[in-house]
Order: sequence, then structure tokens, then C-alpha cells
Amino acid sequence: MDFLTHSGLSVAVFLPVVGAALIVFTPKERERTVQILSLLFTFLPLLIGILLLSPYHIGMTGMQLETNRSWIPSIGARYHVGVDGISLPLLELTFLVTFLCAIYSMKWLPEPRNAKGLLSLMLLLETGMAGTFISLDLVLFFIFWELVLVPMYFMIGLWGGPRREYAAIKFFLYTLFGSVFMLLGFLALYFRSTPHTFDILQLQQIGGSLPAGIQNLIFLGMGIGFAIKVPMWPFHTWLPDAHTEAPTVGSVLLAAILLKMGTYGFLRISIPILPHAARTYAPLIGVLAVIGIVYAALNCLAQTDLKRMIAFSSVGHMGFVMLGIATLTQVGINAAVFGMVAHGVITGMLFFIAGSIHERYHTREIPALGGMSLRVPVLGGLLAFTAIASLGFPGLAGFWGEVLALLSSYNPLSALSSHTYRVFMVAGGIGTVLTAGYFLWMLQRVNLGKVPAQWEGKTLIDVQPLEMIAWAPLLLLTLALGLFPRLIFDVTTHSVIGLTKVFGG
Amino acid sequence: MHIDYAAVAPELVLTAALCAVLIVDLVLGENRKFLIMPVALAGVAGTLVALVALAGDPVRTTLGGMFVVDSFAVTLKILFCVAALLTLAMSYDYLRKDGIAQGEFYFLLLCSLLGMLTIASSRDLLPIFVSLELVSVPAFVLAGLRKIDVKSNEAALKFFLFSILSTAVMLFGMSLIYGVTGTTNLAEIAVHLGAVPVLRSIAVLSIFFIVVGFGFKISAFPFQWWVPDTYEGSPVPVAAFLSVASKTAGFVGLLQIMFIAFGGLADVWRPFIAAVAILTMTFGNLVALTQRHIIRLLAYSSIGQAGYILLPLAVVNANGGSVNHEAFAASIAYLLIYAFMEMGAFSTAVAYGRTGGYFVDDYAGLGYRAPGLAVVMTVFLFSLAGIPPLAGWAAKLFIFRAVIDGHEYYLAAAMAVNTVIALFYYAKVVRLMFFEPAGDGPVGVRVPLLLQATITVSAAMVLVVGILPDLAAHLARMSTLV
Repeated sequence: MDFLTHSGLSVAVFLPVVGAALIVFTPKERERTVQILSLLFTFLPLLIGILLLSPYHIGMTGMQLETNRSWIPSIGARYHVGVDGISLPLLELTFLVTFLCAIYSMKWLPEPRNAKGLLSLMLLLETGMAGTFISLDLVLFFIFWELVLVPMYFMIGLWGGPRREYAAIKFFLYTLFGSVFMLLGFLALYFRSTPHTFDILQLQQIGGSLPAGIQNLIFLGMGIGFAIKVPMWPFHTWLPDAHTEAPTVGSVLLAAILLKMGTYGFLRISIPILPHAARTYAPLIGVLAVIGIVYAALNCLAQTDLKRMIAFSSVGHMGFVMLGIATLTQVGINAAVFGMVAHGVITGMLFFIAGSIHERYHTREIPALGGMSLRVPVLGGLLAFTAIASLGFPGLAGFWGEVLALLSSYNPLSALSSHTYRVFMVAGGIGTVLTAGYFLWMLQRVNLGKVPAQWEGKTLIDVQPLEMIAWAPLLLLTLALGLFPRLIFDVTTHSVIGLTKVFGG
Repeated sequence: MHIDYAAVAPELVLTAALCAVLIVDLVLGENRKFLIMPVALAGVAGTLVALVALAGDPVRTTLGGMFVVDSFAVTLKILFCVAALLTLAMSYDYLRKDGIAQGEFYFLLLCSLLGMLTIASSRDLLPIFVSLELVSVPAFVLAGLRKIDVKSNEAALKFFLFSILSTAVMLFGMSLIYGVTGTTNLAEIAVHLGAVPVLRSIAVLSIFFIVVGFGFKISAFPFQWWVPDTYEGSPVPVAAFLSVASKTAGFVGLLQIMFIAFGGLADVWRPFIAAVAILTMTFGNLVALTQRHIIRLLAYSSIGQAGYILLPLAVVNANGGSVNHEAFAASIAYLLIYAFMEMGAFSTAVAYGRTGGYFVDDYAGLGYRAPGLAVVMTVFLFSLAGIPPLAGWAAKLFIFRAVIDGHEYYLAAAMAVNTVIALFYYAKVVRLMFFEPAGDGPVGVRVPLLLQATITVSAAMVLVVGILPDLAAHLARMSTLV
């Protein structure tokens, strides 16, 4: 127990790197060993993650399970990690989804296979993602944030689709562009704070007293980095390419976890440290969020590639998350965190299914599919279930995040103009209608209708046991979070209350 | 005049070593020349030992105040020696296979190193000038050592002509300063410049000349034209030595003069340096985008890196204080880290170039033919690009930190944009190595042991310093002159 509270977090986060190192030293031919190693080293963090729930006090505000050690004294950066109600769900999601990806990779490896390369990169990626969610020091946060870039770059570039190289470099350059400005923002924060510190918790005490002009400037710099990662319209253009070209596992991790790093950055760093700037920019974030929602929905209607459609739908869903954040209210931010988790679960699942469809039909063109519930009924059923969850059907996970985000924008923080936000609410509402529209239309074209001539008389294998094992947790979570939203809200609420205190909420 | 022999012990050891190299070269037969390398290696190692013995001692001043051994000098001298060791290890097989005169090579290399050691201790215009020439003159010959290669001849000639031009300009600047202040001692210059504002305009002119002179040495825009041709034509280990050690020597001289002697006039020269730094990095990075020869690509990249290293000078303020301290430490820390990633990239290029060629396209599919080399090359290139957790990231962080500490946000933004541009050409090589099919290049490249050592040491430093940047930061802070 003592071990868990003191170093459980760090061990869980760094275990995957150990796994990656072991894999690197495994001969290339021993594919099975590599797969088992990756399974083991994604399972152990998940296990520790679950065990950590016991020393974690759900009803407490503030950081828990903290470690705070000296790291780079000469520049004042420390190894400071910890979790609270906002980061905990995301951390658990990271461990879970990566483990599921490892299960899926036991059988399905994208061309050109090379399990060693793919799985060691995936483990490295896990450390980067999980580390981002536990960092409480800006320099440490930045390292983990950047650690994600290289593995994902290779994942897309090596195992991706036909336009993989373009997508990979676009992803890399775009994100790096954002993150250098984010770094400048971090440094500016450091030098503007007295005493100089990179510690996020300390900065939350100090940041509010910075002059307004400086706050705005720093918020903008960091905001570019976060907004690109989310991605917010108009910084989203890297996402459809990256998602579409990435191999299944890459798309799942991108959608389920990577995007959350951006929204998490807003919640953990930008908003609590710079509350004044947050108020100033909130309407702008709101505008971009609803533009993103509507724009993404319209784009989805026009897509013929299933994966690209899901990618654009992510832009829309992250728009709802940002809308919730932009209200700066308890309800809105709670909705945002819920939306992040729900999107991770549902869209991760959608990308799994898209991958499996491609595996069977060797195409993802919606018009070339059709009649799927006739030929592969279980797969078709799962697609229908997940798509309906994604469009925000009550009783499933997608519902709460979106409806509460819309509700909260009826009544934003009192310092913000409620008229403006009600316009956002209406626009977002139109977005949900469009979302329902494109998902149902997609289902109609993929699941129903006639089976295309080329598949007549050919056997297609339905969902296989291993797929079911990898997917079951996500499907169950979709249902469970929809029926019992308290599973998330109980954890988040106290931390969100702590967060909104700076606004007198 | 009393001479503190302990203070100059490293230089004396090195001088003895280079004499020994010369004698051994005379004695040995043509087919035994490879034995010279161990002599040179032992000489540099001995120098290193003498240096380490000096570390931590109180400051020693000798030769009438011209020669100072403080932690700054010792740190930089150790860096020069390590760079020289890496260069020696890298050269051994290269020279033997290319039939380059080994005796001359090692002798000249050690001469150049001697100049580097003395420049780190020089606190006076005269020894700085003499040291700088001692660094450069052997390097002209080194660049031209592949005698039958026209490109090597061109490399040496270009290097020589540009360098003597810059030297002349610099010397003119120094003589003006002497005329204005009546002294060549850096600290005294600072005092006199503060006292005689009447001659300020002449002082400013001479600062301009001196900066131009150093601009050639550190390959700052618009004085960088010789760099790509010289690097490409020289034997590759020489190019590595030039881009790491020789450039660092230039920076050491420049930093000392600017901070100690001209710090009081910082407000005057700061904008000029800012412009030069931004132009240098932008030019280097943009032109690097179009390069098809790996050494030229590294040459332009090293021009870009010089721009980053110059940047902290652009926030120096005339009243001194912590800003200057941070700026100085940032440049030094960058130089320390830069040495290893640059050495690593060059030695990997040598390891592969022997059988695989030096064109960027030759790297296509290297990840499938020689995965080890491809991975280390990726490490060095991404480190140069500043991707964490590799050391280059920490180096960039220090620069950003210094610049933002000085409230020059536009400079930080310019460097940020440059970082993104630079990633494009580094990633281009990585893309070729891993995203292209194996192709018909050599498979499983055999790397000589000494070269392996160079690559391993550099890679280890890049990784370790990346995770614990304090190693470099601490050295840099400790060795500040400000």
C-alpha cells in the first residue's frame, strides 16, 4: 500500500518504457514473445492503475498520490506528479485502451507487420500519454507531451495507409509548431511568477495575480499548442489525414487518448493558472467550438471513407468538450471531462470497428459496403450500437457529455454574456441534429441495403473471439457510463469545484 | 615574469605530444604510420588528465593577466579535448582507407587543439587573436588533405581566403580598440570604454569589425558562404572537427570579448546581434531544406544552430545582472550539448558513407539494411531538431529560457518558427531511412571499433543529458564569466 501511494503512479507510467526496452532486445523473428511482452507491459500499468483506486480518496479536492522530487535544479524544474479527479479518469482510460490495443495486436498487425517496431512504439506512446496526465510540472509535462510525437510519427509513417508519409509529417510538424509556442508560454509563466516556478500547483496560486495583458499573451501561446492537439477548428486539418492513414491501433490511441491531451492542457494549465485570460478568451473558444461542431458535422455528411468520417466526427465531439470548457462553469467542465472519457471509449471503439471492416472488405468506402448486418450481423450490430452511442443517444455514454455541455451554455459563468452562449447552444443543438443525421445515414448505407455484387456468395468472417475480448470493456463502459454517469461525475465533481473556485463559482 | 606552470600544464603536455607525433612520424615507415594515432590519442588523454587535475582549483592567473585558468576555461578545455578524442577515434579508419597522410593529420589536429585550449584561457585581445589563428591555420591544411580531390582543394582554398579576410578585419577592429583604450586586456577595455564616451563611435565601429571577424569563424550570416563547400570537400572527420571544435573556439572568443570587454555597450550592439542571429538561423534552416548531400545538410544545419547559440547575446543588457548570467550560461550549455549531437551525426555519416555514400538519397531504406545505424542517426537528427527527451531539447530550452528572461519575445518566436522549419529536413532523412523500401544499398554495414566508440559515446551523452539536463546546465552555470 505504501509503495502504491508513493511511487505507484510513476511505476505505472514508466513500466511501458521498460517493456519497450525489453522488446527492442528481443529478436525480430520471435513475434509471439514480442506480443506477449507488450500484453504484459500494458497489463501491469492497468493493474496498478486499478489498485491505485483504493488509496485514492474520491471525495477529496486537490492532488493525491503525489511525488515531488528534485530533477533539474538549475532551471527549477522538478519531478512532480500526482492525480486528481480530472486526470484520474483520463489516466485509467489511457491504461485501459492501450491494453486493449495490445490484445488486438495479438492477432491483427498492420502491414508490414514488424510487431517489434509497432509494439515498442506503442509502449513508448503509452508512457508519453500517461505521463502527460500526471505531470504537475510544466517542464515534465512538456517532455511527456513531446514524447508522444515521435512514436506516433513512426506509427503513421510506417504502418499507415497510402498517404501515410504526408499524414505523418503533417502531424509531426503541426504538433511541433503548436508545442514550441506552448513551451514559450510555459517559460513566460516561469519568469512572470514570483518566486519563479514551473510547478503547476504553485502557479495556480500565483498566476491569477499576473497583469491582464501578460495573462492574455501567455494564454494565447499555450492555447495554440493545446488547440492544435484538441484539435479545434481551424487547427484541425492534420487530424483527418493522421486518423485516416494511421493503422487501426494508431487511430484508436490518437482518438481515444491523444486528443484529450489538448483539452486536458486547458483544464490543468491554461484555465486554472490564468483565470482572467480564460474569461477573456472563453467566448472565442466557444465560437471556435461551435463552428467546429457544425463544420465537422457537415464534413461528415460529405465523407465516403468510413475512417475519415469518424475522424471528422471527432472534431465535432471535441467541439462539445471545448464548448463545455468555454462556459467556465461546474456543469460545463464536468460535462467536458465526461465528454472526453466518453469520446475516448466510443470513438476508440468506432476506429476498432472501422479497422475490422477494412480487414474484411479491404475497403472503407461507404458506398462499396452495404448490407453488413446481413453478412456479418454481429459486427454490423456493434457498429450500430457504437454509432448510436456516438450520436448522443440517451442511456449511452455519448449522451451526458453533449447534453450537459449544451445545458451549461444556457447558463455560463456570470461574467460571460449569456446571450452569446445561448446562440452557441442553439448552434450546438443544430450540430447534434446533423450528427444524428450523418451517423444514421452512414448506418443506412453500411448496415442496410443490398450486399454489393462482389461480396455475393463469398464468406465473410464475423466478429472473432479475440476481437470481442478487446472490445468488450469498451462496449460495457459505453453502456455503464450511459446508465450510471455518476461513475465519472463522482470522481470529477470535487476537482471541478476546486477548479471553478477561481471564478467565484 | 613569473609563470605559473601548473596553470599551463595541459598546454605543455599537449605541446610535448604534438612534438612527439612529429618525431614518431619521421621515424615510422610508410606502412606503420597508423601507429601515430595512439601517440596522439595518448597526448590528448594526458592533456585531459592535466585538465581534470586543475578542475576545482581556485582561479589561477599568469603571464601578466593574459592567461586565466578558471572553471570556464577548464570546462571548455575539457570539451575541446573530448571533441578531439572523438575526432581522433573517428579519423583512424577513415585516414587509412583514404590514404591521407596520417602524420600531418594528427600533428595539425593537435596544433589546432592547442589553439583551442589557449583561447579558453585568454583574457586579452592579443592571445585571443593568436589562439584563433592557431586554431585556423592548421585547419586550412587539414581541409585540403585529400590532395588529389579537387573539392578538397577548393575546400581549403575557400576556407583560407575567407578566414584571412575575416582575420584582417578583426585585427583592424582590435587595433582600433587598442587605439581608443590604450590596452588589450579585456577587463581594462571595459573600464576604459566606460570612462571615455567621446570615442564611443570609434569603439562601436571596432566592435562591428570584431563581430564581423568572428562571424566568419562561427559561420554567422552573411559570413557563412565558405561553410558548406569546405565541409563537403574536407575529409569528413575534419568537417566534424570544424563544425564542433573550431566553431566552439570562435564562440568562446566572441563570448569573452562581448561579455567582458564590450558588455557596457550592449545596448548598442544588441540589435545588430539579434538581426545576425535571426538571419543566420533562418538562412541555415531554409537552405538546408534543399540539400541533397548529407554533409552539406549538416553544414547548413550547423549554420542554423549557430544562430540559436548567438541568440542569448541579443538579450544582454548593459547593466549586467542575472539576465547576462543566464544568457552566457545558455550559450555555453548549448555548445556543450551541440558538440555531442553534431559529432554523433558526423560519425554516423562516416560510418555509413564509406560503403553507402554521402548523398541523402543513399540513406533510403537504411532502417531495413542497417537498423542500428539508422536508429542512432535518428537519435542525433531528432536531438538536433530539439525533440525531447534528447539532449538537443534541453539545449533549446536553455536558449528559450534566456531569451524570455530578457523579455525578447519576438526572438523566441523567431527561434520557435525556425525549430519547426528545421524539423522538416531532419525528418526528411529519417523518413527516407524508415519509410522507403530497403533499396540496393549495402546491407549490414560493418562499423570499425573506434568509430563505434565515437557513436556510442555521443549517443549516450545525448540520451543521458536529455533526461538529466542539469549535467550540462550545471557546468554551464558554474563556468560563467559574467
